[in-house]
Amino acid sequence: MAEQIPFVEYLTLGDDPHLVAHECTGCGARFFDRRNACASCSGTDFKPARVATQGVLRSFTIVAFAAPGIDVPFVSAIVDCEGTSVRANIVNTPADPENVKLGMPVRLTTFPIGSDSEGVEAINFGFEPAA
Amino acid sequence: MSSEDVYILGIKMTKFGKHKELDTLDLACEATFAALADGGVTMKDMGIIAAGNLMGGAAPIAQLIQKQAGQTGIPAYNVSNACATGATALRVACMSVKAGESDFGLAVGVEKLAGAGLLAGGSRKSDGDSWQRSGRYGAVAPVDGRIGTDTMPGVFAQIGMEYGNKYGGANFELFAQISEKNHGHSTLNPLAAYSKKMSLEEIMGDLMIAYPNTRPMCSANCDGAAAAVVVSASKLATLSLEQQRRAVKISASILTSDPFEEACQVLPNVNTLTRNAATQAYEQAGVGPADLDLVELHDCFATAELVHYDNLMLCEEGGAVDFFKSGAPFRDGTTPVNVSGGLQSKGHPIAATGIANIWEVCHHLRGEAGPRQIEGAKVGLAHVIGLASACGVHILEKSAA
Repeated sequence: MAEQIPFVEYLTLGDDPHLVAHECTGCGARFFDRRNACASCSGTDFKPARVATQGVLRSFTIVAFAAPGIDVPFVSAIVDCEGTSVRANIVNTPADPENVKLGMPVRLTTFPIGSDSEGVEAINFGFEPAA
Repeated sequence: MSSEDVYILGIKMTKFGKHKELDTLDLACEATFAALADGGVTMKDMGIIAAGNLMGGAAPIAQLIQKQAGQTGIPAYNVSNACATGATALRVACMSVKAGESDFGLAVGVEKLAGAGLLAGGSRKSDGDSWQRSGRYGAVAPVDGRIGTDTMPGVFAQIGMEYGNKYGGANFELFAQISEKNHGHSTLNPLAAYSKKMSLEEIMGDLMIAYPNTRPMCSANCDGAAAAVVVSASKLATLSLEQQRRAVKISASILTSDPFEEACQVLPNVNTLTRNAATQAYEQAGVGPADLDLVELHDCFATAELVHYDNLMLCEEGGAVDFFKSGAPFRDGTTPVNVSGGLQSKGHPIAATGIANIWEVCHHLRGEAGPRQIEGAKVGLAHVIGLASACGVHILEKSAA
């Protein structure tokens, strides 16, 4: 099998794919990017925190107009994963308001986005309807 | 009047739209000289200039304006705060006057945006030949479109939909009705980029950009400039009675940034900093939302206007949908909102917007708005927000003189 790598550093692959946030040990605020300090309390000590793979669709848009090279339409969303908000695409369902509903339960899923010249496959994440 | 008060002495916006023959400096100078003439003063009177032009990047727009309009050696501040740039320039001029460093201050915002496409997320780098991690998320390729959207129509669509998720009642049709209101208002504004009435069917049936925002529900990229001259109350008292009569009191001048909250780095939170700015502004001005005769708020997208009814406390918390449906924000309603046509029709030359919306309010407070005059307007509020984020709120009052 081709070597696989996560599309972003905060995605962990394997049998149980999930997101890992940087959690501030001082105040509990969570972040997905590389941090200099905590935006909430300015603390500098973080620990890895597993983010729930189940969530609820808190907001979305169906992007019909985007930069060249981006496949449209696609659903951009904010998912509330048991208190941690995650930005992601909604996948495995038609990109229309009949199939994407505010408040619907969703779950994390992963999928390949392509291979580079060395045959390494990049794996991205999204959320799909869970009901 | 207290000596610490600051007044708008002169203010003007150019026609917004396509100005093929005019460059950035032509537009900036047109607004500058018009604002100076409106106030009955000249560049020689100014003690400070603050100016912004986002598309110009690092070019010092304030000094470039001086080099065309008058190099008097005064301190020049080049400001940049996304869509709140104009309000930030005005705020800088106000602070200088309030601090007693200047009697008069000049604020200018200018942009050439006609024909521009998406201002964020308009292009994406192609994937490299091999996956290489870069950036703060350690992504092996560009994330826009793969992990949500960077586009403004999409971001603000999510902001409006989030409100709908929280309180209910906000759907495609309601957002389109807000746009219908603003396009209707624009027919009375000769300076608007677009002043064509649009039916709900036309708006909903137009090109979808990012559901639920169709093209006419998005702010219009256009060219334009706006400039304002501010003066201290003590200096104003030495000027002519006509200048004193037309001067507009800046009862509150507030700028906030977004405080940390869960999710704010995932989807921009435009709510809390607006609410904070409004709260401070009402307190500083000693007025409440019920006292406002008109409001110009930052309807960069139809989905944004809805949330700001609530954020500016024009309605009860969670009551923005009912507020709109009651007819309150229409020009014949209890709290007319965006009688200029808003950014969806008037246009949004980003750095000019935060001064142009103040011009609109002043125009009514001075009783000079012609066919679109809100009769008897005495108090108005102007709001802008720029992502990342900055929120400017100014409360303006008709001069007592």
